Amino acid sequence: MNLTLKVWRQSGPTDAGRMVTYKVEDVSPDMSFLEMLDVLNERLIVEGDDPVAFDHDCREGICGMCGMVINGVAHGEQRATTTCQLHMRHFEDGATITIEPWRAAPFPVVKDLVVDRSAFDRIIQAGGFVSVPAGSAPDAHSVPVRKEDADSAFDAATCIGCGACVAACPNGSASLFTAAKITHLSLLPQGQPERLTRAKAMVDQMDAEGFGGCTNTGECTAVCPKGIPLDTIARMNSDYLQANKK
Amino acid sequence: MASSNGKKAVMAVTGAVMVGFLLLHMLGNLKIFLGRESFNEYAHALRTLLEPIAPYRSVLTVLEIILVVSVVLHMWAAISLARRARQARPVKYVAKKSQAGGYATHIMRFGGLTIALYVVWHLLDLTFGVVNPKGFDSAPADRMIAGFDPSRWWVTLIYLVAVVMVGLHLRHGVWSAFQTLGWANRARYKALRATASLVSAVLVVGFLAPPLAITFGVVK
Repeated sequence: MNLTLKVWRQSGPTDAGRMVTYKVEDVSPDMSFLEMLDVLNERLIVEGDDPVAFDHDCREGICGMCGMVINGVAHGEQRATTTCQLHMRHFEDGATITIEPWRAAPFPVVKDLVVDRSAFDRIIQAGGFVSVPAGSAPDAHSVPVRKEDADSAFDAATCIGCGACVAACPNGSASLFTAAKITHLSLLPQGQPERLTRAKAMVDQMDAEGFGGCTNTGECTAVCPKGIPLDTIARMNSDYLQANKK
Repeated sequence: MASSNGKKAVMAVTGAVMVGFLLLHMLGNLKIFLGRESFNEYAHALRTLLEPIAPYRSVLTVLEIILVVSVVLHMWAAISLARRARQARPVKYVAKKSQAGGYATHIMRFGGLTIALYVVWHLLDLTFGVVNPKGFDSAPADRMIAGFDPSRWWVTLIYLVAVVMVGLHLRHGVWSAFQTLGWANRARYKALRATASLVSAVLVVGFLAPPLAITFGVVK
C-alpha cells in the first residue's frame, strides 16, 4: 500500500505547529497503524529528519498510552479499537490520512502527537480511590455484590484513560473518563463510604483542570476503545448533585 | 451552581419549566379552532386565575416572572458553558468527523439563539402588537387571525422555521435533561428518547396547526 500522511508536527510546547505531508510506500495491510508510523520514522531517521513523536506502550490495546485523531476520529473510524489495534487493511491503497494529536487545553502538546495527560492523574488523585483499609482481598462471595452491579462496575473499570473521550467531545469534556472511574467504585461495596465526596472532589477537579461541560452528545462513547456507556455520566451527575445537597 | 455540572442542572430544570409552559401555551392556542370568542375567553381567563382570592392578573404575573427567570438562567448557563467549551479547545482540528448520530444534538446552541430571536419577534407581534396589523388595543384572536393572514405568508414561514427549531431543540433537550439530573440509565434510554421525540412532535404539530389553518383560510 502507498499512502499520503498529513501529520501534525510541533517541535515543543511553545512551537505553533503545522501539518506536514509525507509519502509512505510499501505498507503491508497487516501492519498496525503504529507500525506504519514506525516505517515512516525509520525512514525519517535515515534521512536525518526528526522522527514523528507519538505515545505507545503495550501495543495490545490495554495500556491507554497510544491515541491520535485519524481522519477526524479519535483512534480512527474502526469502533472500539485503540490506535495500536487499528490495522492498515481498513484503509484504501493510495489514501490520504490526516493525523492530529488530542486537542484540549488541559492536554497540552508535548511534541508532535504526544500530549500531556497528567490532568487525568490529578482527577484520580482527587478521589478515584478507596481509602478504607480493606486488608487483603476478601474471600469470594464474602461480600455479596449483585451480578448486574458487578457487570456494570466492570464495564466502567475497563476504561484505560487514553483520553479519546476528551479528544472527540465538541466541548472538550472529560465527563466519560471521570464518570467511568466514579461508576466503577460507586457500584461496589468498598466504594460506598466515599461515594458522594468522591464524586464531588473528582468533578470539581475536572472543572479546575479546564475541561468543558458535558452536553450529552455521545461522541465520547462512540469513539471509546472500551465502549464505556453513556449512563456512567448519569450516575456521576446523580452522585454529584446528591453530594451538593448535603 | 457555579460548577459545570451545576450549570447543566440549571439548564435541565429551567428547560423543564419552559417545556411545561410550551405544553400549556400550545393547548391554549388550539382554542382558536373553537372560534374567536372561545380564544378571547381563554386569554381573559388567564388574567383572572384564582380570582377573587388573588387580584386581577396576579397569578399570571407570577407565572410570567418564573418563566422570565427560567429563560434568563437557561441562557446564562448555556453561554457560560459554551464559553467554557471554547476555552477547553483553543486549537481546532484540521479534520473532524462526528461519530454520534444526531443532527439535533449539534445545533443546540445555534437553535437556542434562533429561538431567542424568534421569541423577541413573537412578543412584538402577538403580545405587544407592535408589528401586528391590529396593534395592541385589539382582541387576542383578532391579532392572531390578522397576523397570519395569507398576505402575511412570510410571518407564517418565520413561525414554521422557529417551531421546527423548538422541536429539534427539545428532541435532544428533553432526554438530555434526564441524563443531566442523573435519572437516566441504559434501561431507560429508549423510553427517554421516545418521550423526547413525542414531546417534540406534539409541540410542533400543536403549534403549527393554528397559523397554518389561518394562512390557508381554514380558520377565519
